[in-house]
Amino acid sequence: MEYLPQILFILIVGAAAFIMAKRISRIRKNILLGRDTDRSDRKGERFRNMMLVAFGQKKMFKRPIPAILHLFVYIGFIVINLEVLEFIIDGIFGTHRYFASIVGGEGAYTWLMNIFEFLAVGVIVSCTIFLIRRKVLRVDRLHGQEMTAWPKMDATIILVTEIILMFAILTMNAADSLLQTRNPEYITTGTLFFSSFLKPLFEDMSTSALIALERAAWWFHIIGILAFAIYITYSKHLHIFLAFPNTYFANLNRRGKMQNMPEVTREVKMMLGIPDETGASAAATVNESEGHGGSGAAPQEVATLGAKDINDLNWKNLLDAYTCTECGRCTSRCPANQTGKKLSPRKIMMDTRDRAEEVGQSLDKGGPGLEDGKTLFRNYITEEEINACTTCNACVEACPVQIDPLSIILQIRRYMAMEESSSPQEWQMMFQNIETSFAPWKFPPSDRFNWADSLKK
Amino acid sequence: MEYKVPTMAEMAAEGKEPEILFWVGCAGSFDDRYKNVTRAFVKILNKVGISFAVLGPEEACTGDPARRAGNEFLFQMQATANIQVLNGYNIKKVVTACPHCFNTIKNEYPELGGNYEVIHHSTYLQQLINDGKVSMKGGGEFKGKKITYHDSCYLGRANQIYEAPREVLEALDAELVEMKRCKTKGFCCGAGGSQMWKEPEPGFKDVNVDRAEEAIDTGATTIATACPFCMTMLSDGVKSKNKENDVKVLDLAELIAKNEGLD
Ligand code: SF4
Ligand code: SF4
Repeated sequence: MEYLPQILFILIVGAAAFIMAKRISRIRKNILLGRDTDRSDRKGERFRNMMLVAFGQKKMFKRPIPAILHLFVYIGFIVINLEVLEFIIDGIFGTHRYFASIVGGEGAYTWLMNIFEFLAVGVIVSCTIFLIRRKVLRVDRLHGQEMTAWPKMDATIILVTEIILMFAILTMNAADSLLQTRNPEYITTGTLFFSSFLKPLFEDMSTSALIALERAAWWFHIIGILAFAIYITYSKHLHIFLAFPNTYFANLNRRGKMQNMPEVTREVKMMLGIPDETGASAAATVNESEGHGGSGAAPQEVATLGAKDINDLNWKNLLDAYTCTECGRCTSRCPANQTGKKLSPRKIMMDTRDRAEEVGQSLDKGGPGLEDGKTLFRNYITEEEINACTTCNACVEACPVQIDPLSIILQIRRYMAMEESSSPQEWQMMFQNIETSFAPWKFPPSDRFNWADSLKK
Repeated sequence: MEYKVPTMAEMAAEGKEPEILFWVGCAGSFDDRYKNVTRAFVKILNKVGISFAVLGPEEACTGDPARRAGNEFLFQMQATANIQVLNGYNIKKVVTACPHCFNTIKNEYPELGGNYEVIHHSTYLQQLINDGKVSMKGGGEFKGKKITYHDSCYLGRANQIYEAPREVLEALDAELVEMKRCKTKGFCCGAGGSQMWKEPEPGFKDVNVDRAEEAIDTGATTIATACPFCMTMLSDGVKSKNKENDVKVLDLAELIAKNEGLD
């Protein structure tokens, strides 16, 4: 019986680890449904970028108030994980405040605990203000069409859970401090500043009730953390992990540069009779394409041009989707969205993630996965949204974790133009003008140099 | 006064290679209002005595509008043909006033075999001023006047060019007033991503009107632009507010040409 709590603890941690591992592997598989894109270059630059943007929160500080509040929660999260380590050791070995028993309860340990408590209070204050910003002040960017019941609920659950978990730590410390004065078996930890404010609440409790309270708070905190860890893999909160790989693999090129389509380059060079330096692959395409003439139609063996569903996007687009925190900084800067168009870059990311989740869940159950008759474009994202984008890069610039909604939009446009010919009528006319007059407007090419006439007189 | 506008073909026939190729762009060639910017820039080049040439009738759309609208085939057809022409003339340095042409030739042509030093005219003008080649006599037409600068997305966020256009304006001795949404937070004019060639999607407002209002609210009498599409969009926006008599939309090249009395 003596070992029962330890066995229970190990079972709970084991079960949580198992569920987490399964979930992480599912997300990984979902992300890898995307096409390949090479991000293995410029490692030093990538690492620096990750340290600045994810670790250093560089982009957050464009909006100082949420940045400072967020910093508290972020540091709190990192540092309080140290305490979770002690929890795990205590839980497995049946010890009590293992670190204190090693370094001594007073001195360094008291300092450490006080720092934890300070951060816990910081988290409580920040999360409370965040809740007020969402629910009372109703900050614009935290609302909008795509912020339906579930995403709003998700944000609330996260904030409330963080507050409760922090109170559990403070309660546990207060109860523990009281027990230290009654029972010499409890290692003394010195004065813990913040939790001492809670002590009056529990002072009149019997020792056995205090022990129960301390244990309950301990179990609540650790089970809460484990449950939370599983929960976030289903939530926008995943950014606390994915912000790191996502900034590491971020696009380092000039924002104005669109990703090239080498398969089109090969086809175009062939049509124009220009030898392609990329030798072997060109020869392969020539063989595959025989009989297709110059119609511009893609040979069957070649993958879809542009993107219709998540597997046509690249894995970085999908990693982006899983990293999105739904903060709406992108949408709040989007000229289309701010003038009432349906387009919202945040929605593009949320739709992509929802679709990836849908496909993944179906695959888990042995279902049809991608072949379920639905696609990202049309079932989630509409033409109207895609056509409204001005490619201004404001969303890309605004995102604190370097997500690129524009990349997805442009790949869907490619699908519309090249696979479906469903681009807006006016664009089709513009295409025609370029083809026939080499300008997007219908002017005779021979007039191109007329602007200079008046200068030469 | 007579200005020279040599073409590459003429230069090549004489066995000469100009220092720079001035890439005019489709708007620079065909848009009635914007042709004036092309001419203003040519006047400045003439005055400074730079050896330059244009492609004239040999120039063709860079393909940017097609690419941003999703038609990669058409883009690459245009790009490949242009690169053949440019490489055929052994072009090394390209200057253009259009941020879309600039972005495409600078960032997207190299992968397709076109490698040139590409400079936007805002940077080029700034260099001319810094080198003392354009004297910028103070006390010109714009001294002390309020000017606001509208960041083109394809110069700013796409290529990190924020300061060069502003330095050009400061050289005019004008009072530069910023809009709240400027530089990295600059608000699009509404034309990028091929929106120039179609009606906007339904919404409660047009992007260019929103931006024009913001520009007018600064109290500036001149809105400076550095992009043909921004110029069209903001001019239309100002007109929709019936302010076209009080607020002028002018390109950087026009401002300098005016200041230099090259009008
Ligand atoms: S690039 Fe497109 S989606 Fe992003 S902010 Fe600009 S208009 Fe909106
Ligand atoms: S894409 Fe970036 S800016 Fe937009 S909601 Fe997601 S995290 Fe926020």
